[in-house]
Amino acid sequence: MKRNVGKISNKIRKGKDEKILSFLAYTINGMVALFCLIPFVMVVSASFTSEDAITKYGFSLIPKEFSLKAYETVFKEPIVVLRAYGVTIGLTIVGTVIGLFMQVMTAYVLSRKEFEWRNKFSFFFYFTTLFNGGLVPYFILMNRVLGLKDNYLAMLLPLLFSVFNLLIMKSYIMGIPDSLIDAAKIDGCGEFGILCKVVIPLIKPAMATVGLFIALAYWNDWYSAMLFINKEKMYPLQYFLYQQVNNIEAYKRIIESGQVSGSVTSAMSLPTQSLKMALTVVVTGPIIFLYPFVQKYFVQGITIGAVKG
Amino acid sequence: MKKHGFWYKVKKYRIFLLMLLPAVIYTLIFSYGPMVGIILAFKKYTYAGGIFKSPWNGFKNFEFFFKSGQAWTVTRNTVLYNLLFIAFNTFLQMTVAILLTELKNKYFRKISQSIMFLPYFISWVIVSVISFNLLSYDYGFVNGIISKLGGTKINFYTTGVLWPLILTLFNAWKGVGYGSVMYLAAIMGIDTSIYEAAEIDGANVFQRIFRITIPLMAPTVMILLLLAVGGIFRGNFDMFYNLVGNNGLLYNYTDVIDTLTFRALITNKDFGMSAAVGLYQSVLCFITILAANKLVSVYSEDYTLF
Repeated sequence: MKRNVGKISNKIRKGKDEKILSFLAYTINGMVALFCLIPFVMVVSASFTSEDAITKYGFSLIPKEFSLKAYETVFKEPIVVLRAYGVTIGLTIVGTVIGLFMQVMTAYVLSRKEFEWRNKFSFFFYFTTLFNGGLVPYFILMNRVLGLKDNYLAMLLPLLFSVFNLLIMKSYIMGIPDSLIDAAKIDGCGEFGILCKVVIPLIKPAMATVGLFIALAYWNDWYSAMLFINKEKMYPLQYFLYQQVNNIEAYKRIIESGQVSGSVTSAMSLPTQSLKMALTVVVTGPIIFLYPFVQKYFVQGITIGAVKG
Repeated sequence: MKKHGFWYKVKKYRIFLLMLLPAVIYTLIFSYGPMVGIILAFKKYTYAGGIFKSPWNGFKNFEFFFKSGQAWTVTRNTVLYNLLFIAFNTFLQMTVAILLTELKNKYFRKISQSIMFLPYFISWVIVSVISFNLLSYDYGFVNGIISKLGGTKINFYTTGVLWPLILTLFNAWKGVGYGSVMYLAAIMGIDTSIYEAAEIDGANVFQRIFRITIPLMAPTVMILLLLAVGGIFRGNFDMFYNLVGNNGLLYNYTDVIDTLTFRALITNKDFGMSAAVGLYQSVLCFITILAANKLVSVYSEDYTLF
């Protein structure tokens, strides 16, 4: 009996500080999560709001006057958006496949202990994270030496290979027991055979993680397009959005300055603010729907990256 | 025993070398190649002359950069922004990570973590649309709230002094999910028997956090701080360019080394000065990374980067 009472009182005493902490945990994390979510809600809400309501009341969390006009405008000429989608999807797929193969092949060699020069080569790659030539030489290299202006390669090549991804991949491959590789060797497997038949099947999660890191970098890239692409038809999704948003702003300024005299009223009725938001939703959409499925691979990759630097 | 020669090894490792070849060629072209172009910092670039045949002009490019006062402004801004980001992010991400482990409700934990991760997946172009949505003078959400509460609207796009706060919040917003995962990994690595022992000794949950969790996270925190400090002279171009753009009114508060390099090159076509600023930044970065690494090796042998 006595022991039971002790246990209960102990539990109550322990309960108090745990309750405070649990309250703090739920409120603070709940608030941070809310803080992260609200901007998205606002963009979606604005995209479904009539232009009048935005002009009158500003942006809000719930559409004041529901309207699909912005989406109608975006999809009036769907080919423009679809082409930007096509460019981005194409770059993402090609870049991820080639990039992934290059990373895994390199990481495999650098993780083989019998390769005496592996430290030298590791440093060769690692040094590029310590020192770089800067923007101007890079700009001249791409434009004048390689002649990649208005070439899809200018958007494909820069993101193909990264030392960060190489390190993640390498630390996964280092986790494979040597005995497995030795056994494959005794069975007469060549290095490419070992890589494809032994290593890659064993590091599927790493392939997924690094593949997704590369894919996300391609999907979100606008910088290469800004530097090297002038042809509108070649714009990838993000740069397309960047240009559209700026054009809409410029257009709005022209109307406001009163330089357009003709069909002013019809021009005014173009939903500028909600159009920007609808475009943003159209550009972001796939990522938001995909990310719950891929999030765990990112978490794995970051965890490895954090531990192994 | 006779040591085998270089060519013997090349032959022995030929498959390995073949496998390394694509990455080596790639790195030579895209990372080491531009290093040759550094000499442009000491040249007066002409289109006809290119990198090698343009005339030398000594330290003229640097002179202009330093004498115009821009060097001081952008260096100060870059360093101060990074310090702000490092301090705020580390505090926020550690807090979130520690509290995430204390959430007993599995669904709440998963959903809140997923939501926090959301901003990581979107591009800075989209963040710039969001920032306009929040900060616009006429329609912005923040100004909507201010006028509802009876205050005077703030024109964020002309008020430079507010931008350190705005940029810190956007930076935190985009990075909290990613960063907290790293700290979460560190917490998961702590031996649970230590907690059990503390519980038997009667430690309350706060003592467990401050006496066990935080001290044992120290190595990870140190590495992450080191990485961050190493990059203290590197501004996040994506963020500054998308959120601030070419808004000259804010430059005094928002211009960082990277945006200046970009503007000098693309807007002013001043290749020489842009290259000089780039070299100045690369050298500073190189020194800080090495120094930070040295510091950590004093702190602990185990956690140096190389």
